[in-house]
Amino acid sequence: MSALIEGRDGAWEYAIGLEVHAQVASAAKLFSGAPTAFGAEPNTQVSLVDAAMPGMLPVINRVCVEQAVRTGLGFGGAIARHSVFDRKNYFYPDLPQGYQISQYSDPVVVGGTVEIPGRTVQITRLHLEQDAGKSVHDRDPDRTLIDLNRAGVALMEIVSEPDLRSPEEAADFLTRLRALLRWLGTCDGNMQEGSLRCDANVSVRRPGAELGTRTEIKNLNSIRFLREAIEYEGRRQVEVIESGGEVVQETRLFDPDRGETRAMRTKEDAHDYRYFPDPDLLPLELDEAFIEAVRASMPELPESRRRRFVGELGLSDYDAALLTAERARADYFEAAAAGRDAKQAANWVAGELLGRLNREGLEIEAAPIPAAGLGELIDLIADGTLSGRMGREVFEAMWETGGPAAVIVEERGLKQISDTGALEGLVDELLAREADKAAEYRAGRTKLLGFFVGQVMKATGGKANPKLVNALLRARLEE
Amino acid sequence: MMRRLGVADIRAGLASRKFSAVELVQDRLAALEDAEALNAAVTLMPERALEAARVADRRRAAGEPALPLDGVPVAVKDLFCTEGVRTTASSAMLEGFVPPYESTVTANLIAAGAALTAKTNLDEFAMGSSTATSYFGPAVNPWKARGDGRPRAPGGSSGGSAALVAASVVPAALGTDTGGSIRQPAAFCGVVGLKPTYGRCSRWGIVAFASSLDQAGPITRSVRDAAILLAAMSGHDPRDSTSARQPVPDFEAALGGGVRGLRIGVPLEYRVDGMPDELDALWRAGAGWLKEAGAEIVDISLPHTHYALPAYYIVAPAEASSNLARYDGVRYGLRASADAIEEQYARTRRTGFGAEVRRRVLIGTYVLSAGYYDAYYTKAQRVRRLIARDFEQAFGKVDAVLTPTAPTAAFPLGEKMDDPIAMYLNDVFTVPASLAGLPAVSLPAGLDGEGLPLGLHLIGRPFDEETVLRAAEALEAAAGFDAEPEFVR
Repeated sequence: MSALIEGRDGAWEYAIGLEVHAQVASAAKLFSGAPTAFGAEPNTQVSLVDAAMPGMLPVINRVCVEQAVRTGLGFGGAIARHSVFDRKNYFYPDLPQGYQISQYSDPVVVGGTVEIPGRTVQITRLHLEQDAGKSVHDRDPDRTLIDLNRAGVALMEIVSEPDLRSPEEAADFLTRLRALLRWLGTCDGNMQEGSLRCDANVSVRRPGAELGTRTEIKNLNSIRFLREAIEYEGRRQVEVIESGGEVVQETRLFDPDRGETRAMRTKEDAHDYRYFPDPDLLPLELDEAFIEAVRASMPELPESRRRRFVGELGLSDYDAALLTAERARADYFEAAAAGRDAKQAANWVAGELLGRLNREGLEIEAAPIPAAGLGELIDLIADGTLSGRMGREVFEAMWETGGPAAVIVEERGLKQISDTGALEGLVDELLAREADKAAEYRAGRTKLLGFFVGQVMKATGGKANPKLVNALLRARLEE
Repeated sequence: MMRRLGVADIRAGLASRKFSAVELVQDRLAALEDAEALNAAVTLMPERALEAARVADRRRAAGEPALPLDGVPVAVKDLFCTEGVRTTASSAMLEGFVPPYESTVTANLIAAGAALTAKTNLDEFAMGSSTATSYFGPAVNPWKARGDGRPRAPGGSSGGSAALVAASVVPAALGTDTGGSIRQPAAFCGVVGLKPTYGRCSRWGIVAFASSLDQAGPITRSVRDAAILLAAMSGHDPRDSTSARQPVPDFEAALGGGVRGLRIGVPLEYRVDGMPDELDALWRAGAGWLKEAGAEIVDISLPHTHYALPAYYIVAPAEASSNLARYDGVRYGLRASADAIEEQYARTRRTGFGAEVRRRVLIGTYVLSAGYYDAYYTKAQRVRRLIARDFEQAFGKVDAVLTPTAPTAAFPLGEKMDDPIAMYLNDVFTVPASLAGLPAVSLPAGLDGEGLPLGLHLIGRPFDEETVLRAAEALEAAAGFDAEPEFVR
């Protein structure tokens, strides 16, 4: 949803574009065979190439290219048959080569879109580039230490057009893009570990006017910080303009503790990166066969799956959207629903399971109940063994113990009583005991039905089949 | 007399058991020590060389088939990384640098049985045409002019390698050629120098100067020896993305075919102003020899030749400025400590790089800068394509191109050091083939009036080293160059 900033003399509109840096899911780095696992001891995942030893040469990792192409196809971008790796030259201690290999003028993916509620956001481009190492300033009082484990890890930089109109839209966009990357398996989306980071280009303007001067907020590593930083920066820019100043094109950093952005460097002292094509690498030429092979290996995309859930399985739009927000959710749901009533399965997954996961702050991959187990529980309800309420009790027990539904039902004696004969006896006994109330009912106080049902349930320890009890009571009371 | 033995002679001598590989290598190691005055070697590798010789002898004793370079002493330009042996690029920046890895080309030679005896002096980071920009001081050409005691430059940047081969200290040496760094020193020192097609030999493990131009090649005393070395050096290397997936032909087998029916082009644009008459005469003589041997001489035009040198001196420094950024004092090599990182960079690079390297890094940084990129780098790349197209069109009409190698014979040491443009002009005939990535060879074809060697230069089609070698062998035979430098007389 777009949101305006109320200034002193009228409203201002945000124009926000994001640059998302997504670490490519790949066992090895972009141009070397060194591993990429997170959390290893410093400088244990560094090849001679990563350390930029004399005479070492980069060789492109095919898997990383496949992942970039897969991502591009996922958001409907055009895959470039010819793209080029350039050198971006600058000195920094954690940049061993003295340049970053990136794609400047000819990226591997051009165009594409990401849908957010109420808007189609245009993707400008996706390109592949190397990550830098890490400078560690807090281990030694006098020196900066360098960890090159990340140096050379493959990143996809995904750039959007300045189409986003509010901090919420920026957050929606990043959420959707993250879900797509995870869906495609091209990035694990872990923002805490830095697998996904984001720069925001923010400007403000009068609604519908030309774009204003933008500032770039660097390295936002959570969706909340993204929202807060843009929120602050928009208000700051409006204040600057309304007090007669001009927004300076500059790079800013967000301080989450103070909730504000601060200038880092202005355009004047921006680097001259001296981009030029890397002569150690040939241009990346992708043929149809390669692109088609990647396309063939892709999972069904979320939008297609969402439509299928509504059209073929009869789910509500709401449930379908919820269940296709993450590929793991959709997979879980489809496994739980296989051969069963899809709507029932959707109720259980979208309601009970996601609710519980949400409360515990867990991803679906960490759910203690496997999809097949939930399916068995659904079967036990469908065949009348369990009531809905008992089903929820079994669900709780399955969550706690991880045990299968049938075992829990057995152990806890949770079988629903659906034996008409047994229940008829209880009903007759009850109506005889509470003859006054039965008479009141017959005289028109039909609200008393609930009381009678409750009594039967109480007498059976909650195990009576509530539908059957209802039917039997009605039959007797309305004879 | 082991001094005069070439690679093919050594192969025959070992096979007929005239000497053992150990005897040969010991003899050549001693020669290396006697040649100290040339300042051509910066590091000796006696243990490594003797071990290779012992292995070669054991192989022979066991009746196993000999390897192509069994026991052949080879000197290696100190730009090739050698595992456990310091590799300096003749720079203070890498004075103590010992790589934990072996370059692909030297590894190929080792696998072919060669005994690597020394790392040779070069212009710092291969930037120069004299071997005088070396941190270890200039290498000396074994040749002197008649009646002139002044030491001469061996050319560069592979001057140490060329000097050792010319002085018959080693039968063969490795060089690298970016704009002429094998061919010009070969011409100055009266030996054969071959720059293969770009991509023929792997660049993995060679300290980079200009990645799109650098190419390893052999320096020998005969065309046949160059063919033998090239075969051992070549081949696709998956660790170098620019290494060509081309089969490696038996280059030696291509020899002996003669030039009958070959068309040899003589480009009119190479007749530059101020070319010494002797050189012009030698060039004509070379064409005449080939004609007598049955080749057809064709006048051709390579219209963009004039722009090659300026284009080269934009492209090469541009790439160098980026390639040399890794020498920052952070991970290896020289570090001049300072309190702030910017100051550490500045001090390290000011101390570690000599004047010529700094000049080229500055030129390269300038031509890549915002606002200048299109005027310099983009235009130079366009020139480069035009030069390649000139050659493509010429090779529609001819099979190889004949030119002089360098505009002069070896100049006295120390000359041109204060005049970079004059120094850069040394490359005027060699640079076009570099920009086009073509194979080219320089071979000694005669002496000038002062008794200094002059070279002729043959350029061939991409990956057609065989024709280049075949024509070179015919020229070699006709020229009959058998002069020896004063140093060994």
